[in-house]
Amino acid sequence: MDTLVARYSRPTYDETVTEDMEEELLDPVASGLSLKFAMPPVAQPSSWLRSATDDRMNPDCPIKIAHGTTTLAFRFQGGIIVATDSRATSGDWIASQTVKKVIEINDKMLGTMAGGAADCQYWLAWLGMQCRLHELRHKRRISVAAASKILANLVYSYKNMGLSMGTMCAGVTKEEGPALYYIDSDGTRLAGNLFCVGSGQTFAYGVLDAEYKYDLSVEDALALGSRSILAATHRDAYSGGFINLYHVKEQGWEKHGFSDTNPIFWKTKLEKGEFTNVTSELV
Amino acid sequence: MCTDHGCASFIDKAYRCDQPEWAMPHQAEARLRVDEPHEDQLLERPTHLQHTKQPFPGYHQKMEVLLGITGKDFTIVASSKAAMRGATILKAQDVKQRQLNKSSLLAYSGEAGDTVQFAEYIQANTQLYSMRNEADLSPSAIAHFVRGELATSLRSRKPYNVNLLLGGLDPITLKPSLYWLDYLASLAPVPYAAHGYAQYYCLSILDKHHNPDIDLETGIKLLNMCTDELKRRMPIDFKGMTVKAVTKDGVIDIDFDDDKVVKSA
Repeated sequence: MDTLVARYSRPTYDETVTEDMEEELLDPVASGLSLKFAMPPVAQPSSWLRSATDDRMNPDCPIKIAHGTTTLAFRFQGGIIVATDSRATSGDWIASQTVKKVIEINDKMLGTMAGGAADCQYWLAWLGMQCRLHELRHKRRISVAAASKILANLVYSYKNMGLSMGTMCAGVTKEEGPALYYIDSDGTRLAGNLFCVGSGQTFAYGVLDAEYKYDLSVEDALALGSRSILAATHRDAYSGGFINLYHVKEQGWEKHGFSDTNPIFWKTKLEKGEFTNVTSELV
Repeated sequence: MCTDHGCASFIDKAYRCDQPEWAMPHQAEARLRVDEPHEDQLLERPTHLQHTKQPFPGYHQKMEVLLGITGKDFTIVASSKAAMRGATILKAQDVKQRQLNKSSLLAYSGEAGDTVQFAEYIQANTQLYSMRNEADLSPSAIAHFVRGELATSLRSRKPYNVNLLLGGLDPITLKPSLYWLDYLASLAPVPYAAHGYAQYYCLSILDKHHNPDIDLETGIKLLNMCTDELKRRMPIDFKGMTVKAVTKDGVIDIDFDDDKVVKSA
């Protein structure tokens, strides 16, 4: 503990230590920050985990990891819109309808969670910590590119060991402007204008692609993000609950509600005449 | 309560309820009356027949695009032009549709061979009906006939692995109709429909933009929105769409721009 305290209580102006710190950032596994996990007492923990959790290979696997989700984020003229549903499923079981799938990394940056709920929650919280440490060490906020790379390198170091996550990092910084990155547990890291992640991604892409333009107004962009999640919660059994909506701007992110999909669906249907396949007739 | 008939007697053993014995659905006997072999026997089929049962459609079957949209006075039926076998596109101008009579059109996708065989079987029978009776079957009548054929086939030794969209216009009321059928013999009348992976991309678009009062021009615009999205997001080139519409003037071909390039966001 003393060594830990000594390590991080060095004066922040001491720039001479940054080199080995940099190395730590590039290789987060070596940094020893809560990365010592208790392992199951078997020869190959990762293949053991796979046999217990991979329901595509073994539908009777004893542990069903929470997988279904819809999350989206897109860049536009006024910043970045981030929207998610709030359902957590474990196999066919709806484990929760009120999950926060947007993690506030700091007041300028957001991350989204899709895939294994525990993996995402843990590693995005961990990423938040890394970003804070970066801030303390370098006396300036981390770029979105760097933050996303820390996460990408971390998940890559655990490749094929059973991590399951598909996340997006969104933020606006002085140097980059609005920046959006997609990171998944295969180790993929992509910068882009528009991403949808999760089992409901195709449905969200459908609505979003059809009307997406970079020049969207803030109001239209928020409405489009919300409507795309609604589309996914309507068609994807593993998405639902509430629409969690954020707008990331230069001054930081702004929350635009955590709204129940059910009244929104009926309002959309009855007032705008959409969802015409939903009828009260029995056929 | 009697569980076999749902009758109101509060005797829990089926054979003691007050229904006559002949009315009791006896599972073992019912099975014996059916000519088909029991499921257990099917598991050990002769090796030369084992390739014939393919219970689930493969990836490339789901890559085939079928779309249907109804409107005020028309039904659009569209199908992709690529005929795929394994990693190859054998033909890029394939028409996966058959006209059944003056006012109905069947689009199909699924197992190679099964599709055309089944569609032409349905086509021949609807045409035979028209000749014998000097009247066409209505789209709804055809849909239920097709469903019956699929249901019989599903429990046979060699089921048809075919997914269908049946578009039609009632010749008298001029009401457009669209029926969604799959190889498991589900039948659903719907305002818009898709089969395969196209469902995942197009239904959310149609959920948002479709409305039953649209005219043909708007319908084609909607179809364009769907195919644009498929070109953007589907990992293969489906070589464009054959688009037809059933209107009061019968089945008409619709010019569709297959060469349009869609830029991704």
